[in-house]
Amino acid sequence: MSRHLVSLTVNGRKLSAEAPARMTLVDFLRDVLHLTGTHTGCEHGVCGACSVLLDGRPVRSCLIFAVQAEGSAVETVEGFAPDPETLSILQDAFWETHALQCGFCTPGMLIAARALLAQTLSPSDDEIREAIGGNLCRCTGYKQIVEAVLLAAERMRRSNEAGRGRG
Amino acid sequence: MKAVDFDYARAASIDETCRLLAGAKGEVKIIAGGQTLVPLLAMRLTRPALLVDINGIASLQGVETRDGAVSIRACTRQADALAHAEIRARLPLLAKALGFVGHAQTRNRGTVGGSLANADPSAEIGLACLALDCQIVARKDGGERVIPIGGFFLGPMTTALKPEECLTEIRLSPWRERGRIGTGFKEISIRRSDFALVAVSCQLVLGEDGVCRRLSLALGGVGPAPFRADEAAKRLTGTRLESRDIENAVASLQETIEPQSDLHVSADYRRRVTGALAARAIAEAHGEAMAGGA
Repeated sequence: MSRHLVSLTVNGRKLSAEAPARMTLVDFLRDVLHLTGTHTGCEHGVCGACSVLLDGRPVRSCLIFAVQAEGSAVETVEGFAPDPETLSILQDAFWETHALQCGFCTPGMLIAARALLAQTLSPSDDEIREAIGGNLCRCTGYKQIVEAVLLAAERMRRSNEAGRGRG
Repeated sequence: MKAVDFDYARAASIDETCRLLAGAKGEVKIIAGGQTLVPLLAMRLTRPALLVDINGIASLQGVETRDGAVSIRACTRQADALAHAEIRARLPLLAKALGFVGHAQTRNRGTVGGSLANADPSAEIGLACLALDCQIVARKDGGERVIPIGGFFLGPMTTALKPEECLTEIRLSPWRERGRIGTGFKEISIRRSDFALVAVSCQLVLGEDGVCRRLSLALGGVGPAPFRADEAAKRLTGTRLESRDIENAVASLQETIEPQSDLHVSADYRRRVTGALAARAIAEAHGEAMAGGA
């Protein structure tokens, strides 16, 4: 029944708000901070729709209470796009390869893919399947999601090379 | 699905955790990674009055090697244990089992001690710990004790830990038998990395002459708690692990187990699959040892 002041960094912004102990991080993000990009799916750690990056690592935000995220850095899908009119390379690749239909799993898939691409820009098909293995999608059959991650990896590699050329 | 209301306390030390456990009015639960506990809370299968969060306690995190034994502190994340060079080098069976635990997202948060303390009958870490014969260290206000893993798991989600005890450390000693070590881990689940319907872990040592000097086999998903199949291990020790030896040991193993039916599969299915997976895990370990060993 205890209530707690929760202070954390979300997508680079420092935020504080009160939450009851039993409130999960996903409910805190959506209902208190009004960041509804992260989706609430199964609410018991099976579907992966609520995935966020917690201190840089992908985790399920339905399996963490908001109060436990005190002092952490959280990154959600809202932090991906460079500005409101532009998609990130990864989001654009999802759009281009039809990696979503209903879009419910998409924020979780994007988080899983981003965590993978932070480790390697040359992932194999198997590595991608392993990385998104904790995320359920009921529309695409996953194939286009794997294609999207491969495409994003290729574009990020090229943009790095172009960056190096300029530098 | 939301947890019932509870109070929350962030413990700064093991001592404070023990004091909170000892002084609690009503049910109190420790929360570490929360990957087993939070689903139980969400489904309201557990309704503690107080959650004690041990995530911030530095002395509960990390892996260290002492006199050849590896000590894993309870709150070490499964992902960190999986990536740990000492664990990969000295405890290859545990490293193998950790790869089957949940998904990257749950391993990033879930802890080694939490998996043991919650005692899900199909959890993989306990299976590796059973085969390796580890020791569990538990602390309470005013004392510490060591529980051999053989007497730790009592039933589904039930262990020898008392309500006022906090699991602090898992101690694993690499085997000292001379020879080539091989490990095997096999499980069957509905989706890869989902909870295991049946899981088997095996570690063995082959002498230079190809004779099995020691073998350990542990089964999960087959009974109310994971257990070691010592009878089958005894039958195989001293043999050259030829197909006939494995078939005989597995056949008698299948006669002694008493698996249950549930929503997912029948008891008969579990019995058949236990036999097949045990044979495969032994063969995997044997092949690894023959190829040079870990």
